[in-house]
Amino acid sequence: MNDDLLLSASHLSVRFGGVLAVNNVSFDVRKGEVFTLIGPNGAGKTTVFNLISRIYTPTSGEILFNGAGGPLKLTGQPPHQVAGLGIARTFQNIELFEHATVLQNLLIGRHTQRRTGLLSDLLFTGKARAAEIAAREKVEQVIDFLDLQHHRESMVAGLPYGVRKVVELARALCTEPRLLLLDEPSSGLNVEETEDMAFWISDIKNELGITVLMVEHDMTLVSKVSDRVLAMSMGAELATGTPAEVQSHPGVIEAYLGTVDDVSSLRRENHVKEPA
Amino acid sequence: MRFIFKTDYDQDIRLAKHGGHVFWYGLLCASLVVAPWALPEYWLAQLTFVLIYAIVGLGLMLLAGFTGLFSLGHAAFLGVGAYTEAVLTNAGWPFPVSIACAGLLSAAVGMVVGLPALRVKGIYLGMATLAFGFIVEEGLARWEHVTGGNAGLSVNPPAIGGWAIDSTEGFYFLCLVLCVGATLAIVNLLRAPTGRAFVAIRDSEISAQSMGIHLARYKTLSFALSAALAGIGGALYAHKIQFLSPDQFSIVQSIDLLLMVVIGGLGSIHGAFLGAIFLIVMPQLISLGKDFLPEAIGQSTGLQGTVYGAVLIAFVLFEPMGLYGRWLKVRTWFQLFPFYRKGMFKRQKSFQKSDRLK
Repeated sequence: MNDDLLLSASHLSVRFGGVLAVNNVSFDVRKGEVFTLIGPNGAGKTTVFNLISRIYTPTSGEILFNGAGGPLKLTGQPPHQVAGLGIARTFQNIELFEHATVLQNLLIGRHTQRRTGLLSDLLFTGKARAAEIAAREKVEQVIDFLDLQHHRESMVAGLPYGVRKVVELARALCTEPRLLLLDEPSSGLNVEETEDMAFWISDIKNELGITVLMVEHDMTLVSKVSDRVLAMSMGAELATGTPAEVQSHPGVIEAYLGTVDDVSSLRRENHVKEPA
Repeated sequence: MRFIFKTDYDQDIRLAKHGGHVFWYGLLCASLVVAPWALPEYWLAQLTFVLIYAIVGLGLMLLAGFTGLFSLGHAAFLGVGAYTEAVLTNAGWPFPVSIACAGLLSAAVGMVVGLPALRVKGIYLGMATLAFGFIVEEGLARWEHVTGGNAGLSVNPPAIGGWAIDSTEGFYFLCLVLCVGATLAIVNLLRAPTGRAFVAIRDSEISAQSMGIHLARYKTLSFALSAALAGIGGALYAHKIQFLSPDQFSIVQSIDLLLMVVIGGLGSIHGAFLGAIFLIVMPQLISLGKDFLPEAIGQSTGLQGTVYGAVLIAFVLFEPMGLYGRWLKVRTWFQLFPFYRKGMFKRQKSFQKSDRLK
């Protein structure tokens, strides 16, 4: 595996019964870039995410990840170890810990860094206290980064959707990832919140040096922050390149809008009989 | 209304958050310490039962309230602890060793019972634990040469060597020390990564897993800790009641325990104690009230069950957060007087959650 690559997926396929959700998809994510998956609904984007976070196991193909300890095969790892390797994710339909405060949610994000055992937790020894304060300091940096100070002590169940989206992003950042998977970061956000999200994604890339792999529908956001884009349709890859290249790719236009024939067949004059 | 100006992370971590906590919990501790001299012996015995049930309740609260796994067979762990303690004490083992064995054996059994929890949840886990409860009850009845079967087993007082704790006051202090220890352990756990992992599993398994939490390990751990506390509670129960028979650990006991944490308030440590007080005080109130009711109702056998059922239904309908939730509302009313609004504790409907991975 090449040294400047962070993640490399080759010939990924996954089949659910008769449905081929992902069909022979290969792509590479370079270190320090924002790589976006686009495609119409049902194209298999989220399935690719779930393959990387090991919620699904691919039917064929493999995923290599350039972790702290050199390249390793992600497909051989149990799901709970993926976060420890440095891959954090957010979910399309927010999956926060609802009956806990924002602060507790973010502290759970520090779980991969825990150094205390059960016994020191039960007795809350000096070591546990020091670890708590260290975790808290790191969480505070993330709160500062994403401007969540006002919501620190709020219960997640009472927060509006836009804030929850940011809390989920914050929780992912608390794991100190090398690769951040964002599943539709702008869905359900208004225009202003989407713009904030765009700034944060660029900041995450530029200031924190975290590689981002995201699924996104909002093409304005995609062209603003992405370095490279992979377009998918019906589980297969259509095109890879810069946002502009992919947007002008005929296959992509066809997948989103249909072919010229499809459009012209809908035209009124083609249905009006020529007067004899 | 109290505003706390925080200047240090330690202020979020420490147990007593402000002077009010120090004062009220100090007062509670002081009154518990002087209780043997202030209370008549009968009520001291009832207070001892409250402490014992609170230990069991803490365990079940950890499992049901904080990890989101419901056990309908918790009396089985109580039974395992009680019989272990009875058999070892009668064999002359010193108390610290025997109660540790009772806790550890219960924890081991809890780990085994926790195995189905890795696969099933909700009502199916309830059924699995219910079945386990029946198996243990039946096992205790049939394993006659150890447990004495349905004829029962009498239990000696706790002793180390020749020194035995056989007074009501002595045993009360023993229970108090163990109860305070158990409470501190659970409170500590919940402000540390292990406790937060449990809460994460309760609220979203898929998300907990993607945060790096090993679901199987933590669910088993929760079962083990919960069963260990039930076992320790069971051991104290054995000494308090001094005579064990398998029917004390039946489904009715399991439901009583679940009732305790639900009425106390799921997801709060206070709830375990309020539930334990409820469980002990309620029968007393019912028997006091009997005299004021018409004879046909007051003397009928099903009165206690009916009142329990009605109270449970009332709680589920009107106060799902239990006694502790009610207390929070009362407290907020006083803090904000006269600005308390009726809808302040209404939970916002949660947004659509993905069911894909459940």
